Amino acid sequence: MDLIRGAIDYIQENQERFLDALTVHVRLSVYALLLGILIFVPLGILASRWSGGPALVGIVSAARVVPSISVLFLLYPYRREIGQIAPFWDRNFTLALIALTLLAGPPLIINTDAALRGVAPSVLENAEGLGMTGSQVFTRVQFPLALPVITAGVRTAAVEVIASATFAAFIGVGTLGRFITSGLTLYDFSLLLVGAIPVTLLALGAEVSLAGLERLVAHPA
Amino acid sequence: MNKLDGQHNPPVNAIEYDRVSKTYPNGSRSAVSDLSLTVERGKFVVLLGPSGCGKTTLLKMTNRLIEPNSGTIRVDGIDIMSVPAPELRRRIGYVIQQTGLFPHMRVEDNIAVVPKLLGWDKRRTSARIDELLHLVGLPPDAYRRRYPAQLSGGEQQRVGLARALAVNPDTMLMDEPFGALDAITRSKLQLELRRIHQELGQTIVFVTHDIDEAVRLADDIVIMRGGRIVQAGDPLEIVTDPVDEFVSDLVGASDALRRLSLIEARTIATPVHAGELPPLEMRPETIDVRAALGVMLGRGLERIALTGEDGDVTGILELDAVRTVARTHPIEATV
Amino acid sequence: MNFDYLIDHRDEVLRLTWEHIQLCALAIALALVFAIPLGVLITAYPRLRVSTLVILGAIYTIPSLAFLAFLIPPVGLGRQPAVIVLAAYAQLALVRNFQAGLSGVDPNALEASYGVGMTAWQSLTRVRLPLALPVLIAGMRIAIVSTISLATVTAWINAGGLGSLLFDGIAFNRPSMILAGTVAISALALGVDLLLRLVERMTPASRALHQART
Ligand SMILES: Nc1ncnc2c1ncn2[C@@H]1O[C@H](COP(=O)(O)OP(=O)(O)OP(=O)(O)O)[C@@H](O)[C@H]1O
Ligand SMILES: [Mg+2]
Repeated sequence: MDLIRGAIDYIQENQERFLDALTVHVRLSVYALLLGILIFVPLGILASRWSGGPALVGIVSAARVVPSISVLFLLYPYRREIGQIAPFWDRNFTLALIALTLLAGPPLIINTDAALRGVAPSVLENAEGLGMTGSQVFTRVQFPLALPVITAGVRTAAVEVIASATFAAFIGVGTLGRFITSGLTLYDFSLLLVGAIPVTLLALGAEVSLAGLERLVAHPA
Repeated sequence: MNKLDGQHNPPVNAIEYDRVSKTYPNGSRSAVSDLSLTVERGKFVVLLGPSGCGKTTLLKMTNRLIEPNSGTIRVDGIDIMSVPAPELRRRIGYVIQQTGLFPHMRVEDNIAVVPKLLGWDKRRTSARIDELLHLVGLPPDAYRRRYPAQLSGGEQQRVGLARALAVNPDTMLMDEPFGALDAITRSKLQLELRRIHQELGQTIVFVTHDIDEAVRLADDIVIMRGGRIVQAGDPLEIVTDPVDEFVSDLVGASDALRRLSLIEARTIATPVHAGELPPLEMRPETIDVRAALGVMLGRGLERIALTGEDGDVTGILELDAVRTVARTHPIEATV
Repeated sequence: MNFDYLIDHRDEVLRLTWEHIQLCALAIALALVFAIPLGVLITAYPRLRVSTLVILGAIYTIPSLAFLAFLIPPVGLGRQPAVIVLAAYAQLALVRNFQAGLSGVDPNALEASYGVGMTAWQSLTRVRLPLALPVLIAGMRIAIVSTISLATVTAWINAGGLGSLLFDGIAFNRPSMILAGTVAISALALGVDLLLRLVERMTPASRALHQART
């Protein structure tokens, strides 16, 4: 309890620092997630309609064994080059954004592919039988039916991204993770919680709200 | 010492149900209510009735897969509640429609389950497996090492039957064992089950809702409705003399009955032997078998005489011959 | 970035791999102590299933660095908190698959097991467990493989293992150390995955299915 008290005191005394870190964390996560959806959902759609799709999905699944930190750390030596992509941002922020976007990939590709393949062929045939064109079948039948599973992929990706954003503190990005890393360095237990509690709440919040969205798209009111 | 073994003179009755009732915890009415029934040793008894009338419940109470709320069930004269359930079940063969074969065991291991539970040695078990596979018409060389998923539905049922027969039980319980099979496979298996019953003489309680299957197999048919028995007795008696509309609707569609009414009695008559006194009851030889059967059952006769146009006795119609015709499936007639 | 470290410091990488395996083995052993009874419990009482899985799902959602941070005050640094965190994460995959495996067994096979006269114990060991085994092993495989990759951050609190190559690589600015750690962890995870897939296929239930298909 004392520790929590201490954490709250710290936040009150360093409001700006805390809000800064929170903003960076959320911004990094949201950008990475949106960018990930923009890139990998279409990739998943392609995978579901392309003969090489299963092989691609197999490779992506296997790639999941690469630790999240590795993706971040492996890019670190190339921070100078990466920094030039977006000169208006801190180069480590850009680097973390790329890493987190990559980490959002596997759940998005795998779920999108599985969701679209999971729609019963008879349903699609029926839609064609009703006179829909190929693209109408996709946009009006297949994609809406696949949406809950795709949303589940977004949920997994969101949690992964929020968690991995804490690791960005290891390479000098000021996310909520920085309180945890300096908490250990200074051996200040309250500081550990200043990072740990909000990050946990963010992850749980994303999980719960996206699970809600999933239910919403499953049973349109 | 096993209680079921201790009998020197086994009682005539293999199974006795004495005022047995069963209501499921979440059920509104009883599945079996106050039912009494005696099954004689060696009889092939078929429980027949519409879906939900309590056939399965009655059968499963016999080997304690379901326990009654009240009443007593005796197998070989002994209250089944006085014997540990696993021990009781090892001595009663049990076959179900969904086969219940163990998918991870080969055919031989499925059949060996009960012998193993009883601690038979390997040699004896192995010899018994071959014997049983021959008995149910599956050549051991081709079938012993297969898994259930590598068998057709009919073959699976044969293996299920072999497994139930493994330790030569005196009593067999069979719940719609052929219900999921196509008509041809089904009649083949019916024939073989009848043969096996004739050969081994166990007591069999067999559930079905197919009247033709019942007529073809049963020594006695027990008709159930709403957890009670509405009529029990000889198959021919039941098809020709249903006690009420429910039973007559149930048996009305019977193939056997239809077939009997299409056959002239003379075609299945036996000749009169010289010097033999013909039965007193006579009917013209062109009478159909169904009508002749009505006469025989109505008067309690085993045989009647058939007469030609001139009134001479031309042959004898035996009840057994009628029974045989009634039981004959079209495929037997054609094969 | 190159493979120099992996080649020049094979022995060090092997030593850390062994440490990594020990850490994961401890975590999985601890995880099973909880997951087996939990899986059996929610199989026996299906009403507890949803709430149990929701709680395990919430635990799984806690970011690993935060989870470690929560444990540092009460438990300190080193292997102990790492093992606790990894065991906690493994619960979801283990319990979910144990329940699915145990309750997915064909009810007819179970009824038949009693029908032929097996006792409850015989039915469990001769029918239910052998039939559930492929799913049980699949659950273990998923849990073990993800534990191997998760057991990377734990190097940050001095739990040892291959993750130390990553943190040292950043600290000493040696990219080939980072690569060596990543390659070793991924190879270990993929190797274990393959191995357990083979084990899964060798179970009687899988063999029976496999034979039937060919
Ligand atoms: N486990 C159970 N729990 C509650 N009610 C049950 C259960 N099993 C059977 N019943 C009910 O008991 C009644 C008799 O069921 P039973 O299975 O004995 O019928 P049946 O004659 O075998 O029917 P069918 O021909 O469809 O197999 C039915 O009303 C059924 O709904
Ligand atoms: Mg039934």
